[in-house]
Amino acid sequence: MDIFDTFLNAEVMRRTFPMLLQGLWITLQLGAASIVAGLMLGLGLAMARLYGPGPVRFVTRLYIDIFRSIPLLVLLIIVYYALPFVGLRLSPFMSAMSALTLVSGAYTAEIFRAGIEAIPKGQFEASAALGLNGRQTMADVILPQAVRIVIPPLTNNSINVVKDTALASVVAMPDLLKQATQAQALAANPTPLIVAAVIYIAFLWPLVALVSRMERRFAARRR
Amino acid sequence: MAGFVSIRNLRKSYGTFEALRGIDLDVAKGEVVCIIGPSGSGKSTLIRCINRLEGFDPASEIRVDGTPVTTGRALAKVRAEVGMVFQSFNLFPHLTVRENVMLAPRRVRRTTRADAAAQADRLLARVGIGNQADKYPEHLSGGQQQRVAIARALAMEPQVMLFDEPTSALDPEMVGEVLDVMRDLARTGVTMIVVTHEMGFASQVADRVIFMDAGQIVEQGPPAQVLSDPQEPRTRNFLGAVLNH
Repeated sequence: MDIFDTFLNAEVMRRTFPMLLQGLWITLQLGAASIVAGLMLGLGLAMARLYGPGPVRFVTRLYIDIFRSIPLLVLLIIVYYALPFVGLRLSPFMSAMSALTLVSGAYTAEIFRAGIEAIPKGQFEASAALGLNGRQTMADVILPQAVRIVIPPLTNNSINVVKDTALASVVAMPDLLKQATQAQALAANPTPLIVAAVIYIAFLWPLVALVSRMERRFAARRR
Repeated sequence: MAGFVSIRNLRKSYGTFEALRGIDLDVAKGEVVCIIGPSGSGKSTLIRCINRLEGFDPASEIRVDGTPVTTGRALAKVRAEVGMVFQSFNLFPHLTVRENVMLAPRRVRRTTRADAAAQADRLLARVGIGNQADKYPEHLSGGQQQRVAIARALAMEPQVMLFDEPTSALDPEMVGEVLDVMRDLARTGVTMIVVTHEMGFASQVADRVIFMDAGQIVEQGPPAQVLSDPQEPRTRNFLGAVLNH
């Protein structure tokens, strides 16, 4: 039995490819939903962390530190297996999206905070002197500049979120990895796993390359 | 009589360091006041208190056109009436020159886009950079950027203009073009409070020159008196050091 028949079996590939595509679709939905929700959560947390009253800042910092410390898999299992004991029963998709969003939001908050803190104080002062209020200063002056700075790290974080969606397979969500393991069991052949890996790489490699390019360009402009 | 800008017993401390030690100052409507003094004398801190970029001792009082400079709505009203030009320009780098000038009228005064653009083009022409409106600030020279900053402040049609060392960050050959714009502005009757090291400008344009040292006003009066015939030894020392280096 040669290596191609084992790992890249054309017949198995043909038979299981539709399953993998279904899984890919779920993975992309979960990734996109978690990224968007995590961005919104992160921006809110960053604002609370920077400009909230004392107690709010403290609680926000606590949240950010805790959710950057907890392993995502542990959080996911708690959400899916432990919360039902207190009456909160989420679907596999909602469990996975909640866990991914809670953690991604914590990382995103720190990215936004660093971006905002990188904007020179003079920009805030010029805005205040012109009579802009805090919300206008953020929306029209600070965030448009901060977003440019944080696009590379935010893209990095988004890549991580998409990769971490694979963890959802442990709560029986039919994502790309879960479909691949099932297809492997059905076909008694590991080819679907290899194909799944190739699909992940095909989707994320361009993003990884894009981040490298942006970081290089950014470093060049700083000089 | 209280001035258009009136400052009473202004005090400010950073920890144990007293940056301002009881300043009393009245500036009349249309008056041009130049504040001179050594670095660390508190002159920048003083004008940054007028629009409350710096907080100050709660027992102190500043009023602009009768409105106390406090917080909330009163502060918003003051800031809309007081324009400021900074040493480091502080233009918004992500906006074009025209958009820099349009932003505050659009957001604070709710001016329509068309009106704000027309006003921006008028102001930019007035400061001599009408043909650069679509460029971004980074593509302008320092002198041009500072003139945009002046136009941006004027767009709010302020009653008072504060200048915080507006030419200190400029290459020498660009100082003149900015001072020329300020000179024109002084003729239009805008109240101006200018922190500067440009003694020539102060002597030609100011109605009054104030010499500050160690957080206090040491001496003030018409430029001819303060700059040419200072009464206080500290003023004489400072002017001697500045003029004969």
